[in-house]
Amino acid sequence: MSPHVPEFIFPNDGGGLAWTVMIVLYPYITGLVAGAFVVAALYHVFGKQAFAPVAKFALVASFSFCAFATTPLLLHLHQPQRAFNIMMTPNFTSAMSGFGFIYSFYLLLLAVEILLVFRPQIVELAKTRRGVVGLLYKVLALGNLRDTPRGQAADHKLLHWLSIIGIPGACILHGYVGFIFGGIKANPSWSTPMMPVIFLCSAIVSGVAMLTVLYVLIAKLRKAVVDDECLRQMLKTLWLFLLVAVALEGLDLLNKAYEGGDHWDHEKHLLFGNLRVTFVWGQVLLGSLVPLVALPFAFRQKLSLGTRKSLGVIIGLLVLVQVLSMRWNVVIGGQMLSKSFRGVIEAVPEWHGREGLLMALVVFTLPFVLLAVLHFILPVWKDASSKHGGGRLVDPTPLKTGT
Amino acid sequence: MTEPTDFPAPEGSSLTESGESRREFLWDAVRTFTFGALSLTAIPALVDIAEASEDGEGKAADGPKEAKKGTILYGFLVDTTKCVGCGGCMVACQTENDVPDGQFRTWVERYVYMKDGSVRVDMVREAPYSFAALPPIDPELVEKSFFVPKLCNHCVNTPCIQVCPVGASFMTPEGIVLVDAERCMGCSYCVQACPFGTRFINKNTQVADKCTWCYHRVKKGEKPACVEACPTGTRIFGNIADPESDISKALAANRIDVLKSYLGTRPKTRYIGLTAEVV
Repeated sequence: MSPHVPEFIFPNDGGGLAWTVMIVLYPYITGLVAGAFVVAALYHVFGKQAFAPVAKFALVASFSFCAFATTPLLLHLHQPQRAFNIMMTPNFTSAMSGFGFIYSFYLLLLAVEILLVFRPQIVELAKTRRGVVGLLYKVLALGNLRDTPRGQAADHKLLHWLSIIGIPGACILHGYVGFIFGGIKANPSWSTPMMPVIFLCSAIVSGVAMLTVLYVLIAKLRKAVVDDECLRQMLKTLWLFLLVAVALEGLDLLNKAYEGGDHWDHEKHLLFGNLRVTFVWGQVLLGSLVPLVALPFAFRQKLSLGTRKSLGVIIGLLVLVQVLSMRWNVVIGGQMLSKSFRGVIEAVPEWHGREGLLMALVVFTLPFVLLAVLHFILPVWKDASSKHGGGRLVDPTPLKTGT
Repeated sequence: MTEPTDFPAPEGSSLTESGESRREFLWDAVRTFTFGALSLTAIPALVDIAEASEDGEGKAADGPKEAKKGTILYGFLVDTTKCVGCGGCMVACQTENDVPDGQFRTWVERYVYMKDGSVRVDMVREAPYSFAALPPIDPELVEKSFFVPKLCNHCVNTPCIQVCPVGASFMTPEGIVLVDAERCMGCSYCVQACPFGTRFINKNTQVADKCTWCYHRVKKGEKPACVEACPTGTRIFGNIADPESDISKALAANRIDVLKSYLGTRPKTRYIGLTAEVV
């Protein structure tokens, strides 16, 4: 705060921030959903053949994160038993009211895509397995154990269209999360039309980074070979989207700084004061600059696979820190300036409790647990080392190659 | 059912029949779900919109000129030149509405303009008819000072009603903004959207809470508790649709301002004697 402005916060701000770490986690997890889906779509729709080894995995990862995207919200709600009011009595003038519908649609879309992608293997397993396991696969095959070439072609066509629908779906799901913040005119740090675009780009960045890290680490656990070209292309894609994300985030700040004014004065003090660790170190230096400089080295043609894997994991983790820091700075930092514009609200996250850091850690672990469980149910990495292993087994060539 | 199927079953198989019945079942399920979802959401919403437009709701007026003759449209006027910062209004509100400690439906800010050009802002504590809770400032250093009572602005273009995802925040026909405590799910989006910091999640009820202009008293013909308690007549409440009401006369006779007018929320809580430093 400026020395000329003594601290005064509105009295109802004295109880702390209205939105806490759970609301940081929510856009972070939905971002991973959207980002992972984009990787799958790059293969299924845009014919990015290099992503074949991870295309199936990307869908399963996206579903795993999507399944728990609402958990932080339920933990945040003060009356969680009324959560379904958002679908039963929606107030459509609210940006938030569409959430239930958009989320449900997207989760369903992901589930159907996964069932279609793995259908040949699911049908095969339903025919061969007995007992409860067999019953599970019969349910996943929707009780229909026919798997004819004609049916597969129809599935493939449907999958293609679902992926096409899924791309705007992913954009809406996450751009919309940005709009929830960007549409609040009471808060000058949030109120910008850039917010949905910034959120969307950082979502894609976080999804690609998470897939890169998981691809290398899971391959190590499975003692499987990492596809060098796939990893290289993932790092290249990461660099491209990171460049766009950082440029947009930078432009937003630059615009505010250039225009100046009271609000920027307060925001500047926050970013370089209270939020120094998450902004200067997390979002700018370690999270953006280091990866932006290191990534071109990491996706160089002439680099050993071992080095590329190590660099990929380190850079991926740094980028994940960047996006988490950005979410923290927007959600927590954005609320810290009291609407009196004369003081800063204390934001000390608690460890325990329903909205504590420990609970946030538990919630963030859940998608990985589901991902591990799905590895036992679905042949996620089957044919992953072959060039077309990530797509359909019958007709591996995507309908549109763009070349 | 004579429609051709995309997946012809092998001859002699009974799958065609079962496949078709399954398809019929799924189609029925989709229709049932769609109709169910629509009847629970879109249809009631459309009916509400139609009823609202018939009643003229959603076009809330904010002054005598816009209101129909004979209607009641409440407004609130705060004359900051009269406030002595006693805090009686805060105590009255807290008692009347059972507001938890540390949370406020109304409060009083003190603005002190120092001779060095700085402005000090703090808040009157709930100490009735006593100034002891305010830190003393050397009068020699002070240029001017005044008190500003704050409360919900019951805006015409309410950001809080706009953002409530479940429709728990609403406006009464008399223009008072209320929260349906039975419907609110406590997401705090309205707390974020209110530019004036007047909303909070009640520690006891765990739902959004705010000043109601004492709707329960007003409906009985009484004044809000804070208006009743104010010893100096700082707070004026009444029907702004009636040109003969005290508030209408005061609005007509004075230079009136509202808080954060640049946001376009059109507050119905108005002020006499604001300065640029008051937000």
